[in-house]
Amino acid sequence: MMAPPGSLLWFARHELRLAWRDWLAMMTGGRRVRLFGFLFGGLAIYALLHFIAAAIIAPAAANGIAADKPTLVMVTGIGLLFFSVMLSQALESITRVYYSRSDLDLILSSPASTRSLFAVRTGAVALSTALLSALLASPIINMLAFFAGYHWLWAYLVLPACSALAVAIAMALTMGLFRLVGPKRTRLIAQILAAIVGAGFVIGIQAVAILSFNSYSRFALFSSPDLLAALPSPDHWLWLPARAVLGDAVSAVPVIAAFLGALALAMLFFSPSYGRLAVAAASVGQSTRHRTRTGTYFTGRSQAQVLRHKEWRLLQRDPWLLSQTLMQMLYLLPPALLLWVNYGEGAGAFIVIVPVLVMASGQLAGGLAWLALSGEDAYDLVATAPIPAQSILRAKIEAVLVVVAAVLAPLLALLALNSWTMALATGLCAILSAASATAIQVWFRIPMRRAMFRRRQVASRAATISEAFASITWAGTGALLSVGSWVAGLTAIIALVVLGISRSLSPHRS
Amino acid sequence: MPVPALAITDLAKSFDRPVVEGLDLTVAAGEFYALLGPNGAGKTTILRMVAGLLAPDAGIIEIFGTDVRKDPVGAKRLLAWVSDEPMVYDRLTPLEYLDFVAGLWQVEPSRARETANDLLALLGLKSHANELCGGFSKGMLQKVALAGALIHDPRLIILDEPLTGLDAGSARQVKDVLLEKVRKGVTIIMTTHILEVAERMAQRIGVIAGGRLVAEGTLTELRARTGRESTLEEIFLELVETASAAP
Repeated sequence: MMAPPGSLLWFARHELRLAWRDWLAMMTGGRRVRLFGFLFGGLAIYALLHFIAAAIIAPAAANGIAADKPTLVMVTGIGLLFFSVMLSQALESITRVYYSRSDLDLILSSPASTRSLFAVRTGAVALSTALLSALLASPIINMLAFFAGYHWLWAYLVLPACSALAVAIAMALTMGLFRLVGPKRTRLIAQILAAIVGAGFVIGIQAVAILSFNSYSRFALFSSPDLLAALPSPDHWLWLPARAVLGDAVSAVPVIAAFLGALALAMLFFSPSYGRLAVAAASVGQSTRHRTRTGTYFTGRSQAQVLRHKEWRLLQRDPWLLSQTLMQMLYLLPPALLLWVNYGEGAGAFIVIVPVLVMASGQLAGGLAWLALSGEDAYDLVATAPIPAQSILRAKIEAVLVVVAAVLAPLLALLALNSWTMALATGLCAILSAASATAIQVWFRIPMRRAMFRRRQVASRAATISEAFASITWAGTGALLSVGSWVAGLTAIIALVVLGISRSLSPHRS
Repeated sequence: MPVPALAITDLAKSFDRPVVEGLDLTVAAGEFYALLGPNGAGKTTILRMVAGLLAPDAGIIEIFGTDVRKDPVGAKRLLAWVSDEPMVYDRLTPLEYLDFVAGLWQVEPSRARETANDLLALLGLKSHANELCGGFSKGMLQKVALAGALIHDPRLIILDEPLTGLDAGSARQVKDVLLEKVRKGVTIIMTTHILEVAERMAQRIGVIAGGRLVAEGTLTELRARTGRESTLEEIFLELVETASAAP
């Protein structure tokens, strides 16, 4: 039976069709054979994650897992980690519900109910958040169910409820921002907030672990006797979600009902204003505020300098890109804190920060290189300028590496004060990691709008995977080199092989 | 014999199929030349090869005697390219954008500043000179891009559908600026679907169909070729029809 046009079901069907085609296009890139590759590759990785989860969980579950206080604290802590990621993703997606134009102009100009559209789109956000978190958590849940009992499968019901709560909170935060700062700034602040929420909780508990236990592990905090003593007894309502995950139906039912109810209430409460706010968001457009600077900035410099300064100025002026970069910078805070806490206590404690710094430099360089090389909005202009193509490429690469160096230099200097050999190993591998990520972006560069930054992975999955593998292998090399292990040579060779494969797959081989 | 602004010899380019085949085209210095053709005729491909944005499969392109493939940097110094999609940075103001373009072409700073102010005034953008381009309309962006093309005093300007999306007032401003440049001896090659613009502005018109130049000349010469007193639209349609009917 066909749903009447403009109804909730009709919109849901329309959205589902679009989402399915979008996903299919993203996965296949127009070629069906890629989908099979993706599915087989994905299944292989998924199976591997199950093996890793089994290796971790089997020993812990050997004597059974009781629903005691330490278990409840650990489950709640890990749950909060997941929830922070869910909330971050929900905030990002809910903002897009208001600001993304695509077909919104068409629908808003039609007599269809915007309340139905809002319900469908926020419901889709809740569903996608739940699916993603379920996918991420499923190896652990499955192995817990296998080794410790099927009651752990209740987690699959609690997860969608948690994502519903995350979406409800994200809606409330977005609405609060609309009221507090207006539609002009809501998107930016929500995106920065999403970045901070996503990384902030992980980093916060790492910071506490470093300061309190001198450990880099976030789990150290959850098992600390002081924390366990300070927290309420196992029958307290605070542990209801954890008990729900553990399969306690009496706890699960109210938790699931309350979280889903929160989403329903938020939808009911916020949907009437959706049409008005979406129109307000559309009316904002981009900022055209006046700039007072009147002097020349680019002229009087060499062509290479002009190109480098252009990259830096655009980056500096794009708060959204800065917020995306902020995520990567936030992950550098715990290593910096560890350096600060352990200053003067020998080099042993620092070994954990070497791979983090190396990895971060690769990721940062990859993102910036994409912006400079592929995200060139005036591609034709730069290409028709009287500069050899190689010089343009060199200037852009320099612009990227200078930023990476500026970010890493203070941390390396601090590290060098404790152990110059470790700083040297870190610096060398960070350079190699950044250079590898940049080289991969050079080989896979495709002119795209700068605004496509978030979807850059879609353009080439080979580039994304190569970049990640190169960063990981250089990070491993850095850690091994720091402790003087010969295995560093092996991981370096693997990194070079990754680069070789990446180059052979790339459309630009020069 | 004076060196032509553009000399194309036996140019060819294929993607999945041949897009440009054996094209010969000469545009004299100081000439306003309009390149017409139906959608997919190969006009943009030809102009992108001239601007050095696409490598030809075969053939020679010379800009004021400079071979585009042998000395790309030398050729680029002489030309400016304006596409139908304005190539402007959202996060720069028009003044900063012009400053950036002047920096790429190594224009002396004080001269760049003066020219930038003149161009922005001429194109009606003076009051927006210090606003970020991100909030501009398509027409305003197109005018900023055109100002960018003119700031380094190119000898050859190539414009691909420069009037797309412009309102009547803006289109008039752009046309006036272009005609003024031609009066000063600059060569302009422009593609357009607005045949009236070509009819009024161009000294010579070339018609491309299926990647080949099927007719070329002044409006009078084209009329003579069809053998009757017609508008450019009628001539164009007849030429394209004849070309597509040919084996």
